Amino acid sequence: MFGQSQFAFTRGNAFEARVKADGGAELLRLVHEKLDRGAEPPAVGHVPDLSATGPEGRAARTALALREATAGTARAPGLPGTWTLLDHPMLALDVAGSPAYLEPDAVVVHPDGSWTVVEIKSFPVLDGSADPAKVGAAARQAAVYVLALERVAARLAPAPRVRDRFLLVCPKDFSNLPTASTVDVRKQRAVTDRQLARLTRIEDIADTLPDGVCFSPELPAEELTSAVEAVPATYAPECLSTCELAFHCRARSREAGAVTSLGRPVRAELGGLSTVEEVLAAARGEAGDPDDPAVAALRRAAELRAEALAAAGAAAQEAAVCL
Amino acid sequence: MSLITTLARLEAVRTGRAQPAATVRHRHLSDRPLVFVPLITAGEAGAPLGALVGTDRDAPHLLVVPQPRDRDLRFAFLAELAGIVLPHVEAYADSVEAAERTETDPETGKRVKVEVDLCADAAQLIVPSRAGVDFVRLLGRSMRFRRTAEQDPEAPHPAPPRVPLLGRWLTHYGERARVPGSSLLLAMTDLLGRHWATGQSTLEDQHLGALLAWIAPDDEELTGAEAARRVELARDADGQLLCPPAGPATDPAFDNKLLAPAIERYDRARTALAAAEDGLEADDRLGALTAAEREIRALVESRTRPTWDAVWRGMDLLRELPAGAHVEDRWTRDRWSFTSHRDRVLAGEPPQPRRDDAVTAANKLATREREQARLEAQEALDDPLVMAGRRLAGEAFAGEVTDIVMAYSESKRPSPRPLVTVRTDDRPHLGERAKVYRSLGGKPQAAEFVEQQEEGVLVLRVVDKMGRGKEPEAGSVPKKGDRVCFTLFEHEQRGGAKLPDPERTPWTHGGPPGEKAAVPEAPDAQTEEDVL
Repeated sequence: MFGQSQFAFTRGNAFEARVKADGGAELLRLVHEKLDRGAEPPAVGHVPDLSATGPEGRAARTALALREATAGTARAPGLPGTWTLLDHPMLALDVAGSPAYLEPDAVVVHPDGSWTVVEIKSFPVLDGSADPAKVGAAARQAAVYVLALERVAARLAPAPRVRDRFLLVCPKDFSNLPTASTVDVRKQRAVTDRQLARLTRIEDIADTLPDGVCFSPELPAEELTSAVEAVPATYAPECLSTCELAFHCRARSREAGAVTSLGRPVRAELGGLSTVEEVLAAARGEAGDPDDPAVAALRRAAELRAEALAAAGAAAQEAAVCL
Repeated sequence: MSLITTLARLEAVRTGRAQPAATVRHRHLSDRPLVFVPLITAGEAGAPLGALVGTDRDAPHLLVVPQPRDRDLRFAFLAELAGIVLPHVEAYADSVEAAERTETDPETGKRVKVEVDLCADAAQLIVPSRAGVDFVRLLGRSMRFRRTAEQDPEAPHPAPPRVPLLGRWLTHYGERARVPGSSLLLAMTDLLGRHWATGQSTLEDQHLGALLAWIAPDDEELTGAEAARRVELARDADGQLLCPPAGPATDPAFDNKLLAPAIERYDRARTALAAAEDGLEADDRLGALTAAEREIRALVESRTRPTWDAVWRGMDLLRELPAGAHVEDRWTRDRWSFTSHRDRVLAGEPPQPRRDDAVTAANKLATREREQARLEAQEALDDPLVMAGRRLAGEAFAGEVTDIVMAYSESKRPSPRPLVTVRTDDRPHLGERAKVYRSLGGKPQAAEFVEQQEEGVLVLRVVDKMGRGKEPEAGSVPKKGDRVCFTLFEHEQRGGAKLPDPERTPWTHGGPPGEKAAVPEAPDAQTEEDVL
């Protein structure tokens, strides 16, 4: 529960429990209504037991449940009630050569054998719209689950379809009643897929580290700090909202005088100049090639700024004299 | 961010102090602003935990919801808030002056001047951060469709009498805050960020304490970066932030370590009181409940008071800057907006709908675009530092008049069209016969670009504001040696094409609202249990 208020935590859990109550009846109704109206409405939801020891065990159990549910729909297509709800399944995804375990809120197997990711969030949908930043984050999260499900599906024959629209369930307005909408994650899925394919493998990253470096949280603070300092930091202000190490990286970025610590867009207008001192020296005319358009623009900007401040200062003094 | 602002930020990094980003104050500051510092409960939509509110910096009103998930306690909070905000707003709404407005006469279709009331001043609301502005909107939305017992005796959980009205006002303020340059509802972080450039990113500037640490640190020895870092991270022995966030969200460590146990004690005391069997026992337990409530009040005050003080300190800093020349003009627009909402309330119109109809939405968008252009032009005219940014971008130029040649238009009654030669170091992006404008006694005078004689020597033809005679009026044409500043953008914004009345909405945009609109919007559905 690090970094989260227990109020938010309790509320999130209570809302999720409410949505999944009664064997997921309400949840399946929402999936049917929003994604698969042509199918037979769910009469009874089948909720297989997914408990097992360890993430590998749970992932295997999930894969088995998915296969069984999909095979069941293939044997009896269109049979009413062949909806399966997987509550907190476990999925494995290969990230840079090492398995990462993921736990979606739910996965639903439709009567036609296709699979849908369900995410239950506790931010409200107010008059039909929610905070775009939060919806975007949920979509990126769901895209990873879709990718992981596709890996499971690929091992089955015939491979079932993983739907590229996921169901986002949120509280409606100021109540605790659920409302759902479908979100297309094809774009996020493609981006994540490409990024995963391009990731440097963990072994290769480990090879570049100095020998004997260890990041175990059990280490004494001093050793851990020096270990973290042994790797370079690439910092941008956006890191602050997502990473607990951001303050450490910010300090290093500031120490190095990197202009990116003021935001990525700043870099764009400064050309090849990347440190605060370089930029200021160029602006003062002490360094830099005057034919470089970035340097020329900086000098002009510095001149104009000085002129404007001098004019304002003179005006203020005049006003003071008049008083 | 323009290169000039970037430079100011880098300068701030080097000096360790915020640098001016404006030389005048670009927003109106009321003599009696109403400051509102709210806190919310994490995870709940629009469930207030408490607030400091008021106009007296030494004596804010403290409002607290000891159990934020209890509907009755929330209503009590909102009723108390209405009891403070509405009298303040109404005091401004009652004091009017006569003004003129052009309206279309419904019978003749002509534009005629009508005399109307205009509120002499408007109530200004100031919150610490942009998230506070969003919360004002959210509060407004959560209240304006509520029904009071008087409106609907059957309603299961009637709202206190003045709460829906407060919702309508807060909605109006939240909506107005989206109009560029408006000052009815302002966030202190936006205000300070507009006038100072710090050595940190705009993202970090959203933290009011960190922003102030750059502009006016408590400890003069520290650099802005060090002071800001202390504000962001320093915690006491209890693990609590020394400088609590400006809200409305609270620090999770505060929620988990202090607030949650206090609320639990409160809940226990309440249950115990309800179970009391005789008067004597009830008296005792009431004492325990009051103590538990007092504890939560103290907690909420300890988290809001530093922010409250920071908002007022920010206001002190801003008042040191002289107001820009056009600030009053924009505030008058805010007064019109305030007056029109007052009139809608007085006329008994229903609350603002959940979704605007097509015509209202298009009008709002057009207003925001027009006001954005107006704000950009006015800020540049008021502030040489802003103008410097426009000059750098090639959208304006300043220089010295080196020559004047008198010329006349080729019509039956020749009018003066003097040719002015300006020498400038700026590089404006001038097209053939491009229009340029300069401010002449507060009014824009237009000129036409004729030719560029050599690098930095421009010839312009002045085309208006020289009077009706054959000779231009005195002072209407620049003289040799004058410093002039011309802009490529217009100084005053024209309204766009008029949109049809809502009753004539074309079918492409959903058609006329018809009978749908006549039915008042239903209140939000309420669930039986209010505690999740």
